Amino acid sequence: MSCFTPHCARRAVALKPRLRFLRRWQSTATPEAAGHLPSVATSKLLRPTRDEALRTPGIRWADEDNSGPVRTIVGGRETRKMNTYQSIRDALSLALMKDDTAVIFGEDVAFGGVFRCTMGLAEEFGRERVFNTPLSEQGIVGFGIGIAAMGHTPIVEIQFADYIYPAFDQIVNEAAKFRYRSGGQYNVGGLTIRCPTMSVGHGGLYHSQSPEGFFMGAPGLKVVIPRSPIQAKGLLLASIRDPNPVIFMEPKILYRSAVEQVPIDDFELPVGRADTLVRGSDLTLLTWGTPLYHCETALHMLASPPPGLDKHVPESLRNAKIELIDLRTILPWDVEAVVESVIRTGRLVIVHEAGLTAGVGAEIAATVQKKCFLKLEAPVRRITGWDTPVPLQYEKFYIPDALRIMDAIVETLKY
Amino acid sequence: MHALRRGTTALTSRTARNALNGRRGLQSASTERFGHLPDSHSPITPKLKFFNSVTEDGGQIPTYRVLDGVGKPIEGAEMPEIDETLARKIYENMVLLPTLDTLLYNVQRQGKISFYMTAYGEEATIIGSAAALASDDEVLGQYRESGVLLWRGFGLDNIMSQCLGNEEDTSGKGKQMPVHFGSPAHHFLTISSPLATQIPQAAGVAFAINRSARRGKNCAAVYFGEGAASEGDFHAGMLFASTIPSPTLFIVRNNGFAISTPAAEQYHGDGIAARGPGYGVWTVRVDGNDVLAVLGAVREARKKCLEEGRGVLVEAMTYRVGHHSTSDDSFAYRSRSEVEDKKRIDNPITRFRLFMESQGWWSKAEEDALRARLKKDVMQAFKRAEGMQRPELQEMFTDVYGGEEPWNIKEQREELAGLLKKYANDWEPWKTELERFKGKGQEWLKKSD
Repeated sequence: MSCFTPHCARRAVALKPRLRFLRRWQSTATPEAAGHLPSVATSKLLRPTRDEALRTPGIRWADEDNSGPVRTIVGGRETRKMNTYQSIRDALSLALMKDDTAVIFGEDVAFGGVFRCTMGLAEEFGRERVFNTPLSEQGIVGFGIGIAAMGHTPIVEIQFADYIYPAFDQIVNEAAKFRYRSGGQYNVGGLTIRCPTMSVGHGGLYHSQSPEGFFMGAPGLKVVIPRSPIQAKGLLLASIRDPNPVIFMEPKILYRSAVEQVPIDDFELPVGRADTLVRGSDLTLLTWGTPLYHCETALHMLASPPPGLDKHVPESLRNAKIELIDLRTILPWDVEAVVESVIRTGRLVIVHEAGLTAGVGAEIAATVQKKCFLKLEAPVRRITGWDTPVPLQYEKFYIPDALRIMDAIVETLKY
Repeated sequence: MHALRRGTTALTSRTARNALNGRRGLQSASTERFGHLPDSHSPITPKLKFFNSVTEDGGQIPTYRVLDGVGKPIEGAEMPEIDETLARKIYENMVLLPTLDTLLYNVQRQGKISFYMTAYGEEATIIGSAAALASDDEVLGQYRESGVLLWRGFGLDNIMSQCLGNEEDTSGKGKQMPVHFGSPAHHFLTISSPLATQIPQAAGVAFAINRSARRGKNCAAVYFGEGAASEGDFHAGMLFASTIPSPTLFIVRNNGFAISTPAAEQYHGDGIAARGPGYGVWTVRVDGNDVLAVLGAVREARKKCLEEGRGVLVEAMTYRVGHHSTSDDSFAYRSRSEVEDKKRIDNPITRFRLFMESQGWWSKAEEDALRARLKKDVMQAFKRAEGMQRPELQEMFTDVYGGEEPWNIKEQREELAGLLKKYANDWEPWKTELERFKGKGQEWLKKSD
């Protein structure tokens, strides 16, 4: 995992991020979504080369077991440039190919999905395996639970995470408790619920939400959120094959904007494990999904503040070594990685898009406070959305953006 | 894979056939001379007419009945095929239900189990439908259908163990409230308390078994009350089973009450049956106190369900003679005399016994012997289960997740173990309680960590 860090730092100095973003944006046919983050297009968190992609930490090739087809790989493994929706589509295709009981359904998935994640799958695998459902979220999840209870693999889609609440009862009372209440006789481990999440620049109240915190208190569930195409493919395949029901939340702004080389073979990334992206010793910065890119920008701003901001960043803090962690799995979250990091750094800033009160950050802050009490040198800070609905015209002031994160880092270091 | 593909082809042709039949039916309508809407097949009419019934004459959907109140076939009755062996099995299971209910109701009153729900008055609906299903049709119940499990040979010992939550409780290792049974061996998915959640799940179960090799001849049968049918999940389940080919048999027990709420406050339409056609679902209403009518209707419904590969709805009209549960006193919202009248005039067990006697299949002596035997069996099973201990205390933390146990569960289990070591001998409520568990919590107390 640390392979990324040294040359990332070197490149950060060598390239002017802003310029590189412009060049890249002009060369792509993809239209810019409002709120498109410059830091995503230029991010060093993404892996633009085959070599880096194949050296993704924690990668487990799923075709290297006896159950997979026999294959000979000449000259190593291949990768292809994909954005996030393409890598999700790739994962779904592999899941359907390798498991005859796998089916995909939801609203509008047959023609390819409103975010194109299921493009061509109905044609490739047939309408019996990739199909539209009536417009009913409780129906979609209930139907999926029934299929999973028979040992099959339903991969269901809720069109936006904002619309998952009609299925809350089926998820929390049924899916999460299915194994426990039957004494292990039944389970719905085959169930995976995919849903686009987080803000998109202009989503307003109901196309922007980050409801992961609501599910954090539902033992029996797993909640996974990837940050990039490689992560999305590996974590989705692992989620589909995990023996528990998993809610897989896809940061929708990254569907098109995040692009990297993605291994074309079947691989998994571990559910329940955080990923340390940048090593550091002065402060731990913990987040997941879209805000990772704001965090990255904040780290750049801290190291070399743009004109006007420099007066807010004391010289002495600009060389601070910040450890950046992608939590990846919300439930069960990787306490070991986080606590180990905070014990080393003594400081923690948690960033998430959902509101502050009773958000995921509250749970993590309380646990870290309990397990790292003697090591903490500053209060745990939480930089989050405000305790309001996500407002349309005010989004730039709502999201935990790079400036707010940089400010929290400075304040926490100064404490 | 091959089998799967075959199943798929069959479905497609079935779908095509249905569409064809539908169109043919419309063409015969007299309004066809004005044409019809291109995308909905709705015939154009110049008449402005509202309607509020699914029957042509505006009346209520009729109720299919075979036997009258004294067990005689009514005129023109379409009698289901039944022989003496099947009739006796049905009758014995019908009598077993109230025998079991009476004992468990009473032991709840004595505080020996925490909760119970009887099926008084619904014996014909439950046993008649159970008899009409294949023994490996998947069943998803609400909570008043333990008769289906008994019919399939679940056994009184398993019933008792679940209600007592003892070490032999295979349904849920003592984790769920009484009457929340489940058994994969008997194709009966574990009951859960949230109402109607099992309805869209049933459609999913049906979809899955329809795709499974060797299970093409099975359906998923889902039971629920008329109150549960008001939940959004009923709507979802009917919609999914009709839209996405899934052989789901919806069996609604319309017993007139949802706890204290009479059916008249539950809906304004013609019961639940009237909703079926709105979903394009074949529907029948049956006298739920006439076991032969239930048997016949559910058999045909099941056949139709498999032929069409989609949902079919059966509404069984019955009456909840007992209280809603042991936590309910139904005389707070209905008169004692109403209940007594129902029990006397329209008793499903009496009705069927009179039929059995008229066939020469049953006698007073057999009746006495059966009642004595069942009472003894039930009491014996209860006594056996009552003497048992609960599962090991550490089971409390198992089966939350499959695979690797998450750290938080592990940590919390260890925390409780630590507390037990520290306080179990000094804190009376825990000390007394521990005695009831298999191993008395020693699996934790003895560990050296």
